[in-house]
Amino acid sequence: MADYDIPDDRRYSAEDEWARIEEDRVSVGVTDYAQQQLGDIVFVELPAVGTTVEKGEPFGVIESVKAVSDLYAPVSGQVVEVNTDLVEHPEHVNEDCYGDGWMLTIEVEDSTEYDALLEASAYRRHIAERKG
Amino acid sequence: MTESKRTPLYETHCRLGARMVDFAGFAMPVQYSSILEEHAAVREHAGLFDVSHMGQIYLLGSAALGTAEHLLSCPVASLPEGGVRYGFLCNETGGVVDDVTIYRLAGETLFLCVNAANIEKDYHWMLAHAERGVRVEDRSPRLGLLALQGPASQRILEGASGLSLGGLKRFRFLEGSLGGTPLLISRTGYTGSDGFEIYVDSESTLRLWESLLAAGAPLGLKPCGLGARDTLRLEAALPLYGHELDDTTSPLEARLDRFVKLAQGGFIGAEAIARRKAAGHPRLLVGFTLKERGIARAGHVLAHKGQAVGVVTSGAPSPSLGISIGLGYVPPSLASVGTDLFVKIRERQVAARVVETPFVKAAGARRS
Repeated sequence: MADYDIPDDRRYSAEDEWARIEEDRVSVGVTDYAQQQLGDIVFVELPAVGTTVEKGEPFGVIESVKAVSDLYAPVSGQVVEVNTDLVEHPEHVNEDCYGDGWMLTIEVEDSTEYDALLEASAYRRHIAERKG
Repeated sequence: MTESKRTPLYETHCRLGARMVDFAGFAMPVQYSSILEEHAAVREHAGLFDVSHMGQIYLLGSAALGTAEHLLSCPVASLPEGGVRYGFLCNETGGVVDDVTIYRLAGETLFLCVNAANIEKDYHWMLAHAERGVRVEDRSPRLGLLALQGPASQRILEGASGLSLGGLKRFRFLEGSLGGTPLLISRTGYTGSDGFEIYVDSESTLRLWESLLAAGAPLGLKPCGLGARDTLRLEAALPLYGHELDDTTSPLEARLDRFVKLAQGGFIGAEAIARRKAAGHPRLLVGFTLKERGIARAGHVLAHKGQAVGVVTSGAPSPSLGISIGLGYVPPSLASVGTDLFVKIRERQVAARVVETPFVKAAGARRS
């Protein structure tokens, strides 16, 4: 069956977003598992810079040929950067979900929400349990 | 939930890594690698689909032809042996029980290829309206069906079967064999590209699948799932039962007049269809493209000048065109090509325009 790339250098939400913290900024995207499940990504709708997002609440939408899915914020804070390249190139999410396929950067007040996210090993177990 | 039914190729799909979904009660592959790649394979080379979930209902006996003529919106008596036609089973209110293809075999024997979701409904409908002396037989569980679609289809099927298929025209079929397995090869399809639908016994479906994949691999043939089947049929503006057609929709509202023998009449629903036409249809099916980014989906509201005027029945990104396309119902006054519409996608109003269909004209396209 399919293998998933779940790098150890970041954290994960149960809703299949990854998050990576650098000082008070958390960059966010969807995981390899998510992009493989979705298939060809053809449209990504992201919030504007300056928007406030709430942990666990939808911040945008990702569409594959067949399906529409909400994107959920892994942490709360203000959006300070958005990957506008995804407007023209939504396929970057399939090609490089942890790099060029990043979605936005959130400025967080404190890092406790980030610390509460799943570590790579726990997220891998989460995927394995769902597949059963 | 009851367990999904399986086609003879269920294990094969799983082994190929297909994503399986329930479709009309069957566990079916939605994609193997990528819907976009599979779509492109059909338009450029060829694709192989397992559509064994579809039903085959036979009409047998001396009055079969008369029964079929009474059941179907398309002319049947004029269909030659070896001919196929597309048409509708209609109800007394002029709605569509199902959209089907009808095959004329030797003598008076006919069969209908029907949508998987409607097999039981159609069977009971046909049984209830069959004349005395007609036997209605659902042979779906005994038959597999593969669709080989795309410009390389003929070469692939000739290579696998040794048959010469250049003389087999659109909407004609022949009976042949492959390694001793009897086949019914029909030059039809649901993609808008040239291709074949091949009926085979359930037990031999896997052998046919493997022979075709082996013969087609050097020519770019890929196994394709229901995801690509849907984007391909939508580009060709072919209706999907449950979306563009249902028990309440007249085929004329869906603008499928050429499959309805309205002048001849004499089929179930003919009077109602004529009456509804005379009264004026409240809505007509249109094809539209989006002028902005976004994807219209079934159920989205269509608007004009700030007013909700209709609903999207099917929508998807068109892999061939690189824009979003869709079908939907609007009042006749807004059904002309060039009319500006909006599609309500979540909180956005996305500009759309009514266009000619089919959206994509591939070689050897469409039902006629």
